[in-house]
Amino acid sequence: MNATPHIVTSRWETPDAHTLEGYQRSGSYSGYEGIRAALNIAPSAVLEQVRQATVLGRGGAGFPAGTKWGFCPPGVWPRYIVVNGDESEPGTYKDRVLMERDPHQLIEGCLIAAYAIGAAQVFLYVRGEMAHAQERIAAALNEAYANNLVGKNILGTDFSVDIVLHWGAGAYIVGEETALIESLEGNRGMPRLKPPYFPAAKGLYMAPTIVNNVETLANLPWLMCHGVAAYKATGSEASPGTRLVAVSGHVNTPGVFEVAQGTTTYRELFYSEQYGGGIRNGNELKMFIPGGASAPWFFPEQVDLPLEGRTVGAAGSMLGSGAIVVMDDTTDAVKACLRIVRFFARESCGKCSPCREGTTWEEKILRRIMDGHGRPSDLDLLLDIADNISPGPYPVASHPEAGLEAVPFPPRQTTICPLGPSSVAPITSALRRFRHEFEAKITKRDLIPLSVEPVGGRS
Amino acid sequence: MSEAPKPIVVDQPVTITVNGAAIQAQKGDLLIDACERAGTYIPRFCYHPRMNPVGMCRMCLVDVDTGRGPALQPSCMLECSEGMTVDTENEKVKKAQDGVLEFLLINHPLDCPVCDKGGECPLQDTTVGYGPGESRWVEEKRHYEKPIAISETVQLDRERCILCDRCTRFADEVAGDPLIHFMGRGANTEVNTFPDEPFASYFSGNTVQICPVGALTAKPYRFKARPWDLEEVASTCTDCAVGCSVTVQSSRDEVLRINGVDNDAVNWGWLCDKGRFGFEAIGSPDRLQGPLELHGDDLVAIHWSDAVAKAAALISEGLRSGGPQGLAVIGGARLTNEAAYAWTKLIKGALGSDNVDAQLGDGLPAELVLGLPGATINEACTPGGTIIYLGPDPKEALPTLFLRLRHAIVEDGARLIELTSTESSLTNLAAASLLVRPGETASAVRAIRGGGGDAGGADVEQVRRAIDVLSGDGPVTVLIGRTSAAESPQTVVAAAEELMTLDGVRFLPLLPRSNVRGALEAGMSPGLLPGRVRRSEAAAWFGQAWPTIPQADGLDTAGILAAAAAGKIDTLILLGADPLADFVDRELAERALTGARSVIVVDPFLNESARRANVVLASSAFGEVSGTVTNIEGRVQRVTQKVTPPGTARADWELACDLGEALGHDLNFDGVEAIWAEFQDLSPVHAELSLEALEDPANIDGLLAVAPTEVQSEEPLDSATDSADDSDGASAEDPSDAVADPAESEVGDAAQVAEPEETDGLELVSSPDVLRYVAANDQVVIPATDAYAFRLVARPDLYDGGTLLSHSPSSASLVKEAVLTLNPLDFEKLGVTTGAAVRVSNGARSILIPVEPSASVPRGVAACGVNLSGVAVSRLIDSSSLVTDVRIEVQA
Ligand SMILES: Cc1cc2nc3c(=O)[nH]c(=O)nc-3n(C[C@H](O)[C@H](O)[C@H](O)COP(=O)(O)O)c2cc1C
Ligand code: SF4
Ligand code: SF4
Ligand code: SF4
Ligand code: FES
Repeated sequence: MNATPHIVTSRWETPDAHTLEGYQRSGSYSGYEGIRAALNIAPSAVLEQVRQATVLGRGGAGFPAGTKWGFCPPGVWPRYIVVNGDESEPGTYKDRVLMERDPHQLIEGCLIAAYAIGAAQVFLYVRGEMAHAQERIAAALNEAYANNLVGKNILGTDFSVDIVLHWGAGAYIVGEETALIESLEGNRGMPRLKPPYFPAAKGLYMAPTIVNNVETLANLPWLMCHGVAAYKATGSEASPGTRLVAVSGHVNTPGVFEVAQGTTTYRELFYSEQYGGGIRNGNELKMFIPGGASAPWFFPEQVDLPLEGRTVGAAGSMLGSGAIVVMDDTTDAVKACLRIVRFFARESCGKCSPCREGTTWEEKILRRIMDGHGRPSDLDLLLDIADNISPGPYPVASHPEAGLEAVPFPPRQTTICPLGPSSVAPITSALRRFRHEFEAKITKRDLIPLSVEPVGGRS
Repeated sequence: MSEAPKPIVVDQPVTITVNGAAIQAQKGDLLIDACERAGTYIPRFCYHPRMNPVGMCRMCLVDVDTGRGPALQPSCMLECSEGMTVDTENEKVKKAQDGVLEFLLINHPLDCPVCDKGGECPLQDTTVGYGPGESRWVEEKRHYEKPIAISETVQLDRERCILCDRCTRFADEVAGDPLIHFMGRGANTEVNTFPDEPFASYFSGNTVQICPVGALTAKPYRFKARPWDLEEVASTCTDCAVGCSVTVQSSRDEVLRINGVDNDAVNWGWLCDKGRFGFEAIGSPDRLQGPLELHGDDLVAIHWSDAVAKAAALISEGLRSGGPQGLAVIGGARLTNEAAYAWTKLIKGALGSDNVDAQLGDGLPAELVLGLPGATINEACTPGGTIIYLGPDPKEALPTLFLRLRHAIVEDGARLIELTSTESSLTNLAAASLLVRPGETASAVRAIRGGGGDAGGADVEQVRRAIDVLSGDGPVTVLIGRTSAAESPQTVVAAAEELMTLDGVRFLPLLPRSNVRGALEAGMSPGLLPGRVRRSEAAAWFGQAWPTIPQADGLDTAGILAAAAAGKIDTLILLGADPLADFVDRELAERALTGARSVIVVDPFLNESARRANVVLASSAFGEVSGTVTNIEGRVQRVTQKVTPPGTARADWELACDLGEALGHDLNFDGVEAIWAEFQDLSPVHAELSLEALEDPANIDGLLAVAPTEVQSEEPLDSATDSADDSDGASAEDPSDAVADPAESEVGDAAQVAEPEETDGLELVSSPDVLRYVAANDQVVIPATDAYAFRLVARPDLYDGGTLLSHSPSSASLVKEAVLTLNPLDFEKLGVTTGAAVRVSNGARSILIPVEPSASVPRGVAACGVNLSGVAVSRLIDSSSLVTDVRIEVQA
């Protein structure tokens, strides 16, 4: 196995990489050379390179950035770039590290994107709780402005861009791009309906807007420095380059790793010394979440799948935000399910009825089951509530033992955004595989004692 | 609820398939509306045809295939496109509908038996029509403190709320008062106000009407009735002259609620809170139960026969000693068209006096109102059009007109040029807002028409912008009225004349007083006879139908009051008018009431002026009479009786007949239909307006009274005004000619005036010309203010101390106290604190009034609302001067 190149993490070990000097001195490319290279060619040529490199979005949906940029209706100005730094999905903490350790890399990525699509303003939306990341970005922006890397006539060219740093107020839902735009506009963070409000056409202030994830943009300086061919040398044809994964849960060495996309398998991530270092205490793997709390669960049968969008999608889940949560055989599946559902119920923005009411209902039923007050009818009720939020068969992994096929991604929805349907993922996943655990709690009142109170106490 | 899709023109038809049947729809029309127009109703909660869709409740999900396979999509967000296939009732859709309803009901209290909405509740109805039979919810429901008052009149029971965003969207998008909002997240989301900021909106009551559950309730109706006990009639609000369509609902002969009805030409279903909640005054215990007569110092109850005889005796005594000139009537705006006509016929046509004026010095010359080429509200709000606004703050004076204008500007790209002397509700919406020195609007108009000058002190940049807006294309509509009662109407006339020569311009006159336009159309103005004609030109025509015609043009209200003060009025009839409160010059009104030999009052209430009467005739009020009214546009709409008047109070038209009979003139009316029929026969502009036509459901929005010649009034308004384009001096002579005989140049047009068809016996005389306004081009020279004086602006306030609010218990607390507002810099110079009383004087008279600073008032201006509780600012106004300058002294 070739050593994976460090495309976005090359300065993580450099203590002063967050300074301009550190950024330009260290790393796998020289800081602000990427934008210099971009400025030497036409914006359309930059867009074309990004398109050819197939830079997949790292925020969740995995949509190719170059294609998305091409959706801006021609001739409509102003256009905006909005950077999605709201990372708040349970288990996801890659963007935070990127912003804290290498803020200039993100700034340079913003410049390249702005140049390519012709935006004069970039809004960097950083999650409210990430104070350190905000401070680092603010300091880096000041340095960049002072050195003519951001602002008017950048590097003596006629390219000018302002980058505005905006702090979120701490709601998961503003990670959804249209809710983020609403929030930037000063409104309550609630998603807009797509269609008609696709940001590329009607985004911030109803102007064409490209929303990209922090990591997506952080790839651009390296790409501009080393070229498309070098970028595509890593990973698979459909998913080139690297990707950051945040491994958490019951592994010996959790952390954020930059791995080759499309080729690295979950097994490597969990068991290789380089990454997870094996399941804790030599326990058995019970299940894992392959792409953030909103992804349907995988089980030991799926552990040899590569981190490749289409493959994982066909197997019934998604790569999502690159958050991988590992759960060993001591895990209570019902409790795990409740924890995740509770998150979505709390974070529902309240805009649409199925999500607002349905997620809380799911949570209340699961809580009752956990507390020993479940009824046998609750399980089918849960599935039917789920079906009213996300009609039709919900994506789920295969269950060979029971002879059940996988249902491929994505789910359908009666809701406005995917948050509501996300709450269904743990329910269908856990119920298909561990129905007996639910039944045990209901019929035998067989309670696995809670060793730890959920954070924030019981609802 | 009248929430049908709004009317549209289908000019880009597309074919879509709905439940297997092909239908024609307008491209871009929302699917939910297109289906309903074609007879397929899709259940919904958040969607409202007069607001932008949000797609929140998910009740309207239908199965749509636009070529990419069928999928559930909200029909309220989807625009019709060619070839779309829609299924609104398959299993998938039904499951989704069941699901959404079950979700909405899990936290809903189901306290229908004690809920005001029960029986007319969209959530109930939709659940019965589309919902699951029962709920599977066994958890505990959400609880909130209930109810919470979010404003003086509106209360919120949060646990009933289904978070449809209708109220919040209305407040934000329609009213522009974003004072209620969602708070919290997930299932804890709630609607609420910001701390210490109540939902103080003039339009708050609309949220109660559009709330699809009983979460929002209104104090005047809460727990008063069950919907199935209510009876309702269609009517028209007469609290101001916008003429909003309403339903009047009552139970046990008591009006209990007024709701808005969607009239596409007028109010789009919205009402202001005054119109909605002011109905409480109808059932007020303060209503006059019967006639009163002055005995010694007291007004005492008498029998109707005695009261009518007494009033008739006073009138005939007066006529005997002073002739018709000694008889005068002030008021009429509160009347229906029919009552106004009956009174005109009595006073002008039977008793021969032309001293009749429905305006109280706060309006505009009737010739201007009726004689300029008219615009409708819809024409004024034409998408992309230009609106020139010089008049009272519409939010205060004509509230739903404000909503229409706001929509035109915010949503439909209309552009507004505002000329005002203090900032108004339109200032933030205007493309150009010219803050003009009070009285100097005409100079500002001259400047925006490129004539230079100092633009009445308006900001140069704003003038430049206005010139720019005016240079664009699209129709220009001028909305014109009195910004301030402290300026003479002459100042507005001068501005109007400057605007008449704009190409294709049309005018919408802004007379706020309820049916004032109807009263003017019925001839209740000196010099006019019914149907927009001049007495001088229509005498022969009316001579055929009426026993007499006044010999000369009479006095307007200011003239009548002055004459009364000078002892020249024998009988003063106050027809629903309270000059002490409402006339611009209170001092004069006081002297007039003292000077008039006898005063007869016709009113539902014993108002301040009525206390000075010799005879008071108790009349019926809104909801107690049927007939028609006319709004600012000249639109005739129906009002309908729903309840019986209190005691023995009688309709105004009956009182005219009673008096006529007692005076030996039988007016010959046995009901409002007969009055209307005679009016229609005689009026050249009401020929098409039969009562049958008004009953026709196709004319649900009312019918416009249009002068037959107005159809192609693209033509020059008149030759005289062309001179405005000439150099200053040249215009001196021709206007006077034009004024002397304005009709002469229009003989050609006059020939086109249709003769009423059924004019039995009237054929001998051709019907008179409909009047057209001819510019007088009088020079109005506004005197300069001296450096120590402030120029007074007396502006209307919606929550004034008028009869309606002061007798509506739920709203009475909203009546504002009079306060004088100064620019903060001027205020600072006084060295007083906010709320301190200062002495304001006009040289002759003075008042003590609290003072406050506000940046909305320019330097050198002192602004105050008229007819508020506390001090009467009208004491400072001299109705004979062009502007009012005052001095302010700090009290030691
Ligand atoms: C409920 C929800 C939460 C999301 N949270 C995030 C987030 O925290 N960060 C992020 O980059 N994208 C998030 N997304 C995805 C964004 O909507 C959007 O697709 C993404 O920012 C696009 O960037 P990319 O194309 O570079 O991936 C979220 C989506 C949903 C539905
Ligand atoms: S699905 Fe949930 S989070 Fe998304 S818009 Fe609806 S209520 Fe808000
Ligand atoms: S709002 Fe409607 S469903 Fe709810 S309690 Fe009232 S009547 Fe019943
Ligand atoms: S209070 Fe009524 S109108 Fe407002 S959001 Fe709730 S249900 Fe809708
Ligand atoms: S009516 Fe369409 S989503 Fe509410």
